[in-house]
Amino acid sequence: MANKYSLGIDVGSTTVKTVITDADGNIVYSKYQRHLSKVKETVTDQLKIIQADYPDETFTVCITGSAGLGLANSAGIPFVQEVHAAFLAVKKKQPDADAVIELGGEDAKIIFLTGGVEQRMNGTCAGGTGAFIDQMATLLGITADQLDELSLHAQKIYPIASRCGVFAKSDIQPLLNQGARREDVAASIFQAVVDQTVSGLAQGRTIEGKVLFLGGPLFFLSGLKKAFKKTLGLDDDNAMFPPEAPVFVAYGCAIYAAAAGDSFHIEDIIDKIRTAKASDDIVTGEPLFRSQAEYEGFIDRHRKFDLGYADIHTYKGDAYLGIDAGSTTTKLVLITDDGRILYHHYSSNQGQPLDKVSDQVRRIYSEMNPGITIKGSAVTGYGEDLIKAGLSIDHGIVETVAHFKAAAYFCPDVDFIIDIGGQDIKCFKIKNKSIDSIMLNEACSSGCGSFIQTFAMALGYDIAEFSQLGLFAEHPVDLGSRCTVFMNSSVKQAQKDGATVDDISAGLSSSIIKNAIYKVIRANSPDDLGKNIVVQGGTFLNDAVLRSFEKELGRNVIRPAISGLMGAFGCALYAKERAGDEPSKIISAEELENFTYTSRSANCGGCTAHCQLNIINFGKGRRFISGNRCEKGGGMANKNTVPNLYEFKYDSILNTVKTHQPRRYRGTVGLPLALGFYEQLPFWHMLFTTLGFRTVISDESSRDMYYLGQHTIPSDTVCYPAKLTHGHIENLLDKGVDFIFYPCMSYNIDEGNSDNHFNCPVVAYYPELLIANNPRLNNENFIHPYMDLNIRKNVIKVMGQALKNYNVKGRIPEAVDKAYEALQTYRNSVTRKAMEIITQARAEGRKIIVIAGRPYHIDKEINHGIHKLVSSLGMAVITEDSIAGLASTPKLGVLNQWTYHSRLYRAAKYVTTQPDMQLIQLVSFGCGIDAVTGDEVRHILESRGKLYTQLKIDEINNLGAARIRLRSLVAAMEQADQKPAKKPVVQPV
Amino acid sequence: MPEYAKFTEDMIKTHTILVPDMLPIHFKMLISIFEAKGYKLELLRNDSRAVVDEGLKNVHNDACYPALLVIGQFMDALKSGKYDPDKTALLITQTGGGCRASNYIHLLRKAVAKNYPQIPVVSLNFSGLEKDSAFRITAPMFLKMLYAVLYGDLLMTCYNKCRAYEINKGESRKMLDKWHRRLCNIFLKGSRMFLKTKKVYRDILDDFASIPLSKEKKIRVGIVGEIYVKYSPLANNHLEDFLISEGCEPVVPSLLEFVMYCAAGTFNDAKIYDHTTKQSIFNKIGYDLIYAKQKELIKVMKEQGSFEPLHDFEHLRKLADKYINQGVVMGEGWLIPAEMAALAKSGVENIICTQPFGCLPNHIVAKGMSRAIKQDNPNANIVAIDYDPGATRVNQENRIKLMLANARL
Repeated sequence: MANKYSLGIDVGSTTVKTVITDADGNIVYSKYQRHLSKVKETVTDQLKIIQADYPDETFTVCITGSAGLGLANSAGIPFVQEVHAAFLAVKKKQPDADAVIELGGEDAKIIFLTGGVEQRMNGTCAGGTGAFIDQMATLLGITADQLDELSLHAQKIYPIASRCGVFAKSDIQPLLNQGARREDVAASIFQAVVDQTVSGLAQGRTIEGKVLFLGGPLFFLSGLKKAFKKTLGLDDDNAMFPPEAPVFVAYGCAIYAAAAGDSFHIEDIIDKIRTAKASDDIVTGEPLFRSQAEYEGFIDRHRKFDLGYADIHTYKGDAYLGIDAGSTTTKLVLITDDGRILYHHYSSNQGQPLDKVSDQVRRIYSEMNPGITIKGSAVTGYGEDLIKAGLSIDHGIVETVAHFKAAAYFCPDVDFIIDIGGQDIKCFKIKNKSIDSIMLNEACSSGCGSFIQTFAMALGYDIAEFSQLGLFAEHPVDLGSRCTVFMNSSVKQAQKDGATVDDISAGLSSSIIKNAIYKVIRANSPDDLGKNIVVQGGTFLNDAVLRSFEKELGRNVIRPAISGLMGAFGCALYAKERAGDEPSKIISAEELENFTYTSRSANCGGCTAHCQLNIINFGKGRRFISGNRCEKGGGMANKNTVPNLYEFKYDSILNTVKTHQPRRYRGTVGLPLALGFYEQLPFWHMLFTTLGFRTVISDESSRDMYYLGQHTIPSDTVCYPAKLTHGHIENLLDKGVDFIFYPCMSYNIDEGNSDNHFNCPVVAYYPELLIANNPRLNNENFIHPYMDLNIRKNVIKVMGQALKNYNVKGRIPEAVDKAYEALQTYRNSVTRKAMEIITQARAEGRKIIVIAGRPYHIDKEINHGIHKLVSSLGMAVITEDSIAGLASTPKLGVLNQWTYHSRLYRAAKYVTTQPDMQLIQLVSFGCGIDAVTGDEVRHILESRGKLYTQLKIDEINNLGAARIRLRSLVAAMEQADQKPAKKPVVQPV
Repeated sequence: MPEYAKFTEDMIKTHTILVPDMLPIHFKMLISIFEAKGYKLELLRNDSRAVVDEGLKNVHNDACYPALLVIGQFMDALKSGKYDPDKTALLITQTGGGCRASNYIHLLRKAVAKNYPQIPVVSLNFSGLEKDSAFRITAPMFLKMLYAVLYGDLLMTCYNKCRAYEINKGESRKMLDKWHRRLCNIFLKGSRMFLKTKKVYRDILDDFASIPLSKEKKIRVGIVGEIYVKYSPLANNHLEDFLISEGCEPVVPSLLEFVMYCAAGTFNDAKIYDHTTKQSIFNKIGYDLIYAKQKELIKVMKEQGSFEPLHDFEHLRKLADKYINQGVVMGEGWLIPAEMAALAKSGVENIICTQPFGCLPNHIVAKGMSRAIKQDNPNANIVAIDYDPGATRVNQENRIKLMLANARL
């Protein structure tokens, strides 16, 4: 018999939705509620409410939703996949819809209805939608609703990485720190969500016609709606936001239940849910503390590392101010001559670091005894430049130096410092009283302090309360040690399996620690770290995190009581060291009374990079400009140019096609300015022009170029250089060339000195992917033959076949030979230029930095101007390929089988023989091969007394982290210079 | 870099060689072949979370998941105290080629050298790499290994089919165990019985055909992808079991296809790049031999008629040509699109492509080719699932469930 009522229960990652439909399929009841991770309880509560209205009813019932799967299994209630449930609901309610976009707490889904039904979900990496918006709101210190309100008053949109939440976050943070308008940031956040959905999910299928928008965020946030409508070009008729949006999936679930669900009495349903057993899949660890006594012993031990205090109201004498304008927090310390604390402050900067700091300085002035003289001041952190300019601080120092100073104050023998802040994990090894190596987390693993905080809030706790819960948890869950997005779903699974909030809190602490030790530091054992370890950063104030760290290492560490203030304290110590007889030139109390500033944005016209600038005006002609990569935008004159091989190579490649073009030509061939062409363009240009073709290259890369081809990218986790290729192909097609030529090459040119000479799989076969995913390409307009450049006769034969329609066969051998020559000429010119740069740099007393990457890293959209940043620090730049020929490959522990990568080893080896050179390895995010080369290059350099610096780059256009690393590198190099030269280590060649 | 420990002649007697878990059906028979020659081997079966943790500790976290698991499994086993480090060696396969998988052995050696410098790592390869090792494969052994793969594929195919439809729970498993024992014994004793392929094939097929099956119609789901993740339950979170529990029939392409893909690579490259070598000629001869054996098995399966025969490899190559050049030889290369197309053509339209998160060749050959395959086979329902230490089972299963919901539309 058919039941009168059907019940759909949608258990999402953050909410529970219930819907009841009657025999005709009408919604007679619905409810939407956040579950704060208490899944079973919330479902039971909702069912009890239903029971009150329908005390004796029998329902056909079904469960759906990402957190519903486990519950359905253990309760013995049927389950329907949530995208499918949405599909059923749409079929019933909005049969004329062409596509559906649904954003949930952590999933994004799309359903295409016309032209072949297709249901899709985001992949495992592209998580974070509703939860992402919540995170961003937390970052700004406001609610999601306030974020929405702000976004409606935006004037401009900043590009924010749209791949995943963590990436976007590292774009947003510096914008905030540099004083970008919050309204604009808010709108940019929504735009990032839209871009993520469109690029990550549509993957080549156009979203058009009537589009139905579902899910909580799309229902509640009008700014997000606006962004979607604008991006997809939809008018009000075509963009449908149904009133039932938040419970739409639950409604679909009820429809499914009506057709296929089992029927139960409401009493039974409640019973089934209540008694549903958690599965035992859950992996747990040991409790952090077994007893209160153990905890107290721990607290006592750490209490020893504290500073003295002095009263700011009564103290008279000299004082020193240290400021740490971190990414999410602001820290200030005012100390006396003998290192006692007069004033300290730690708080979230709520996206407005300058306001925060000036407020605090104002407070210091008002509380300070008139007998105090501030003799020195220093600032560090993301907001360093802004604060220094705004408040006339005496010194700006790099964070690593500040932290080392502070740590050495507590533990003169310190050999390892780990700092976990809101957004960064920083680790330094100390050797011979100087920083020996630095490890920073990469954009992907930013599971740091702000991560716990966001989680605590999502679960309805404040951070202190939440971490306290973890201390005595009996079975901390193992949540893995990956990035935030992955951890979100691990937590989801743990909740599903019945873990308590206590267990999750303890599990998160341990995840952060494992992430730091195994992913950032990459240690195998505690001995890899050091004997005297100082931990700091606000996150270590959390006892659960500290304890997890000690447990994982199996040894005790030092946590100064001012753990969160160490950067600021280090600055104060630095200011004290540098102080002379004059007082600090810090802004005076009177000036501060009238201190205001305005900010606006502009694009720099200094060069083709068109950096996006933030201009902050402090009045009286004082202003601060950020966002620029070189000095030009900073309003400074272009000082004498620092030689830079990146620029030379880039210009040479671009200029290749400007010469040797035939006046009359038999056809136009398009060559994409991407991947391998950044090195082999001279070869192909010469080959084709000699055969009487005109060559055209695609325009220079840009963000817009990326968007141009975005819809044809099938794999969202491939490296950015590969993704850009799609835009270059579209660009060439638009230029109307006769055909695009892009060969497939398993092998690159054999340069000897290696086990083999492959290309990486992406460089080797990308043309196959392009033709399979760009409907505009076919075998006539896209010629992509296989060949091996090492085998001349093969090249001649293959080119003969490829160009058989053009009747050029006889001239190919000559053209091929000239092409080889052209390539060699180009390569020689690079080496020659490098030698010039080295000579010039040495004459000018400059350090030389080898930026080691791949040929395509000269693309400015890929390197984001890192080479300019290096130049701006006064160092000359050369490249790995220019010096690889000067050394032979050292003994390696890996198979050396890729041409481009084998250059890294030889270049690194060469650098170790040159006292004034250091190497920076550029790694594109997602490059699996650099997982192999990175460790090896590090070993070559470090075992021979050089520093290793790796910079990971992606579509993120923010050089904040790179800047810190480069400045730390400079600081370390300067320190090394001051010491007597080490005895050279004899190494067998 | 320190010199790594070598596997010497006298270790054959004294050392137990640990073998990572990938395809237990095949691997146990292969182990029997070595045991018959006096080697001592043990297939590892540890698969707790500790395996992943050890992997994370010992391998660069951006290295691919299979490397992380294989090395994690070794390290976890060594740390369990079950094995005397002075009498243990580790076996790992080495394929060579432009994928980073050819670096597994080096990553393993690095990890082992730090903790157990005395433990030798033995390479299993057919390309003559690592000539200084006492672990050698003779021509007769190679031949036996080929037969073991053929038998393994047949057992796997019959077992997967029967277990999805068996009426008496556990019957297929018993049948599998029976034949598995019997075949392992043949190899262990050095009996020449293994050469009587036609008879053994026929007996296996008849035996499995005698298991009563339900007539119920089930969704057939093909599994393709990176070789280790595709087969290893440890890596794919027991994907086949999950599909069975969802009421589907898992269809897993045979290991022989991968072996033949590797064999074809060399002579194919020689043709594409006009670069014939002794090795490429040798490979062609080997390939022809294997292909003849595959055709024999296919013929017997067709004659017997109860089970769908394996994909004819030359047919696969022709199918590949529609989508991708056979010059794509890194990772699983052109084999993945060929298998997807073959599955779709034979009515297995629902396909899961398993891949390690961030796998480089799979950008091209898996996700990169889906669109083209769907265009030719409009009913093809392909989902790519990433496997990774951080990816949760619930996330993966939810996506597979979505694919199944699509299949039921």
